[in-house]
Amino acid sequence: MATTDIGVAEQASRRQTRRLKRQDRAFYWLAWGSAALVVALLLGILLSLLWESLPSISTFGLPFLWHERWSPAKHIFGAAAPIYGTLMTSLIAMVIAVPTSFGIAMFLTEICPKPLRRPIGTAIELLAGIPSIIYGLWGFFVLAPIMQHHVQPFLLNTFGDLPVIGFLFSGAPYGIGMLTAGLVLSIMILPFITSVTRDVFETVPVMLRESAYGMGMTTWEVVRRIIIPYTRLGLVGGVMLGLGRALGETMAVTFVIGNSHRIAASLLAPGTTISASIANEFAEADGKLYTSALVELGLILFVISFTVLALAKWLIGRTESY
Amino acid sequence: MDDQIMTQTADHIATDSVAALKARRSVEDHPVKLEVKNLNFFYANGHQALTDINLSLREKAVTAFIGPSGCGKSTLLRTLNRMYDLYPGQRAEGEVLLDGRNTLSPKEDLNVLRAKVGMVFQKPTPFPMSIHENIAFGIRLYEKLSKAEMTNRVEAALREAALWDEVKDKLHQSGLGLSGGQQQRLCIARAVAVKPEVLLMDEPASALDPISTAKIEDLITRLADDYCIAIVTHNMQQAARTSDYTAFMYLGEIVEFDRTEQIFTAPKNQKTNDYVTGRFG
Repeated sequence: MATTDIGVAEQASRRQTRRLKRQDRAFYWLAWGSAALVVALLLGILLSLLWESLPSISTFGLPFLWHERWSPAKHIFGAAAPIYGTLMTSLIAMVIAVPTSFGIAMFLTEICPKPLRRPIGTAIELLAGIPSIIYGLWGFFVLAPIMQHHVQPFLLNTFGDLPVIGFLFSGAPYGIGMLTAGLVLSIMILPFITSVTRDVFETVPVMLRESAYGMGMTTWEVVRRIIIPYTRLGLVGGVMLGLGRALGETMAVTFVIGNSHRIAASLLAPGTTISASIANEFAEADGKLYTSALVELGLILFVISFTVLALAKWLIGRTESY
Repeated sequence: MDDQIMTQTADHIATDSVAALKARRSVEDHPVKLEVKNLNFFYANGHQALTDINLSLREKAVTAFIGPSGCGKSTLLRTLNRMYDLYPGQRAEGEVLLDGRNTLSPKEDLNVLRAKVGMVFQKPTPFPMSIHENIAFGIRLYEKLSKAEMTNRVEAALREAALWDEVKDKLHQSGLGLSGGQQQRLCIARAVAVKPEVLLMDEPASALDPISTAKIEDLITRLADDYCIAIVTHNMQQAARTSDYTAFMYLGEIVEFDRTEQIFTAPKNQKTNDYVTGRFG
């Protein structure tokens, strides 16, 4: 009687073990599969972009990158203007958004009275929730006229005649253009950089902050010399998140950039970006070459984003010593 | 904490202390550096953390604050350099006189005050920069020195904190690469480098191993020749070994404040006696 009992129990426990092993193996492959899927998707997208852009690549070759002329009627395509526009609008956006975001985050973590922290923080996060098409509409109907009637004439009058930077502010005040697009982008990426920056500022140990204040440092010195160096890695991450969004943003930019395949020195002039060109022209792209040229633009954007990311990782790795 | 005391009998502590105290110099005639008068402290939620604190810290002497967790020792320390000012809503009433001048006055320049009243924390907090910079940075806030003068000052501070020999070959490496005990001595070096008048230490050895703790205690005893030191500690032997005066605090009040040997060998208050002999706490 007793021996059979043990036998039954043993059998049951063996069954249990087998079942657990099976589960574990299934879980193991599921995890592997999920990870592999990411790589497969990435490669798949890259390969299909390459495949679709082959006609354009074989027709124009490398000079596609620096030829400005974009003439669908004559089947001549060059990507210089959209590449320049993408980089320039992102640069303008970063120049405006990064210091502003750091300032907001600094205010929220170091200066802002406690009861106000939450409302302001929430307001900034809500800013991130506004769909980009609304930014586009607002940019076109509200911001662009203000730029045209007030900001751009002011910039033209103030900086237009200065020697070194004068060329950046020349031409006619159209309202729409690179500067306006950069401005809209900066507002769009601001909440992302701000919330990452605030979160990493809050990871600074209380005691480290207190010992910095305890040395008699001012708030600015604490932020500049202790908090920013301590959170450097997270900050680079936040900035890159913003840059990534700025590079790829489509809808809002398409509204306010003017969509002109030309590189103008002036920031006030209309231009185009890679994603704006694709969105604008895809529907009317007739012929294999036109479509292929647009896909190649997409491929270039892919490479730019990838390079930015790789650069960020490299930067982080290089400055990790302290 | 409790275990630590339970393993020691009351007698042990007493003999330890007496031995340590026999060699102690007399500090009775040292002038008063910091005087706390009728100090009350409130948190933002209205909770009163300190009630009617009165005591004096003498120059070139160590004053220890002991008492169970939550008794207000750290809070008291943080009113002495107005660290609580970082937190809106916290307020102190009464007077803290540094050389006769009330530092609780709203007109007090906090950056200058904190240069005069340095602080060392429970855990080592090296700044995210090199060992040299950790010390030079603080000095630079208050003085303009040539490169050579700065090198000398950094070396002097590191020697004062008994760290020089261990770090002299890696001054330009990160302070974060040092061991916990070394980091804490770096923080002490950083604090003394700006030539403060008072040094506040909030459980400076609580995160360290016994050997590092012994080094820090040695250091405190030596620094006492030059500074007015206030130390908060949970470790009774540490208080007995390092301090000239001891304040026993309970529920935000000072129960007894006297010469350290008095507190540890013949306390006047029953509560103090119970605490230093390990009957509660």
